[in-house]
Amino acid sequence: MLKRAISLMLMFLALHVLSACSSESTKEGNAAVVDKTGLSDEEKNAKAHAVPASGELQGGALEGAANPLSRTVVYFDYDSSEVHAEDRPVIEAHAAKLAANHNLIVTLEGHCDERGSREYNLALGERRAQAVKKQMMLLGVAADQIRTVSYGEERPADPGHDEAAYSKNRRVEIVYAK
Amino acid sequence: MEVVVNTSVNKPLPIAVVPFKTSDPNVPVDVATVIRNDLERSGRFAPMPVQDMISRPADLSEIHFDDWRRLSMPHMVVGKVDAGGGDSVEFRLVDVYTTRQLTGYRLDSAPARLRFTAHQIADIIYEQLLGQKGAFATRIAYVTVRKLADGRKQYRLEIADADGYNPQVLLESPQPILSPAWSPDGGRIAYVSFEGHNSAVYVQDIATGRREAVAAGEGLNSAPAWSPDGTRLAMTRSAEGNPEIYVLSLADRRFQRVTNDPSIDTEPAWSPDGSRLAFSSDRGGQPQVYETDLANLQVRRITFNAGGYNVRPRYSPDGSLMAMVHRDDSGDHIAVLNLKTGQYNIVTDTRFDESPSFAPNGSMIIYSTTGAGGTELAAVSVDGRVRQRLASPPGAEVREPAWGPFRK
Repeated sequence: MLKRAISLMLMFLALHVLSACSSESTKEGNAAVVDKTGLSDEEKNAKAHAVPASGELQGGALEGAANPLSRTVVYFDYDSSEVHAEDRPVIEAHAAKLAANHNLIVTLEGHCDERGSREYNLALGERRAQAVKKQMMLLGVAADQIRTVSYGEERPADPGHDEAAYSKNRRVEIVYAK
Repeated sequence: MEVVVNTSVNKPLPIAVVPFKTSDPNVPVDVATVIRNDLERSGRFAPMPVQDMISRPADLSEIHFDDWRRLSMPHMVVGKVDAGGGDSVEFRLVDVYTTRQLTGYRLDSAPARLRFTAHQIADIIYEQLLGQKGAFATRIAYVTVRKLADGRKQYRLEIADADGYNPQVLLESPQPILSPAWSPDGGRIAYVSFEGHNSAVYVQDIATGRREAVAAGEGLNSAPAWSPDGTRLAMTRSAEGNPEIYVLSLADRRFQRVTNDPSIDTEPAWSPDGSRLAFSSDRGGQPQVYETDLANLQVRRITFNAGGYNVRPRYSPDGSLMAMVHRDDSGDHIAVLNLKTGQYNIVTDTRFDESPSFAPNGSMIIYSTTGAGGTELAAVSVDGRVRQRLASPPGAEVREPAWGPFRK
């Protein structure tokens, strides 16, 4: 267990350093694309930690980790709004939580990578959020518990300009209202 | 912003714009330089450098035509700025070989309007010599993005003269601003703002700053486009669950849904006659451009690049061309489709080229690209031969350009 925790930490650090390098090597203006504006300092901090954690630690690292609720981001293929089969457990877990707690409200934030036009990406991000919403509703969540918002390509999780960054940016974030 | 790089047509027209004479040392604007820069920026003219001029005539009678013929200068512009600091400007466009005045005006101006007057003169020269209306005395809208010291971002919706001078801030927000669109009379701008933590479409009066959210609420409210008569706004909404195109009548605030397909439909653009809307859709599997006839909502496909990606259509002012964003293995570029012949040209080769917007005279397309400092603006002639880059203000990214209409 300890071994796993250490290797997770190492992986996290390695990825963190890598992403720091890549953002340094990219242009100044683009290094700053992650948008934390408009959020309170608390939200900002929470977000600043949550994004790399959910982005980097997914996949193999979480295999066998009992609680899919710990993941709040699902990812998409290029130009697609189809939910990956391996992300279904994440959506199912959140849907079960929402269905059991009618007072909980969630915002599904759709995002895209930077390729293509900004407006088209707003629509694509909305489709991604809607795809997750539809699954949740099929699993018994009430429509009024789910809000969708698309930021298109405006708030990338990773400011890089390669497929490694793009794959982290094509996502829906599951954000619970406080 | 200012224009920093310019590639011109093979044989730009030589022209000598002589410094305008004035007895007032406090004239705030060098009118001849503004005219010279406009003409050069178009890529269609090669203005003579002032230091190469052997005399500085200000009137027809002061021109020694033989001198200018020896310099192979077919046309010249001479003029005067009145002593009131620019209350009026007179100019004459002269054919050096025939020694005849081609056109000449005395224009009322004011110190604060002198740059605008200079752009108007450049428009008159352009039209007289090229037979096409000039678009120098116009404005552009765009969005700037700055990273603040605390790491937050600052978005600004700005308008400026077409040469980047006189920027004015219409809106400042910590949340994204997108898709500015000019009303046909140039008095209002519609745009998308995330200030309410969701997309909403606003209409703002430029002179008064008064604004109003015309589409807000759950889901997507985006991509506003004014009808040519200024009474309606086409836009994308997902209030009914899927991104669809609606037309909002501004008089009675009613939405009419014009697309009905389980795919993405967005980025509407009105044909100049107001009868059709072009839009982006992935209903065929990949994003392509379609067009719907507003009389019967019949949809037809416009672009057919197999494996390609064509979005964000914009009709040229005369309706003969359509500019769009094309993506292939080489990246995102601006393409121009001739709607009559079907000829399809990719006219840019820079990085992440998007948001094409035609000048009101149809000569140039302004767009957003990505340079060393992030997004910035560039312009290209519709045939791809003339290219310009607009330098961004220090520390700012610039994007989402929209070229305004002719000013009255």
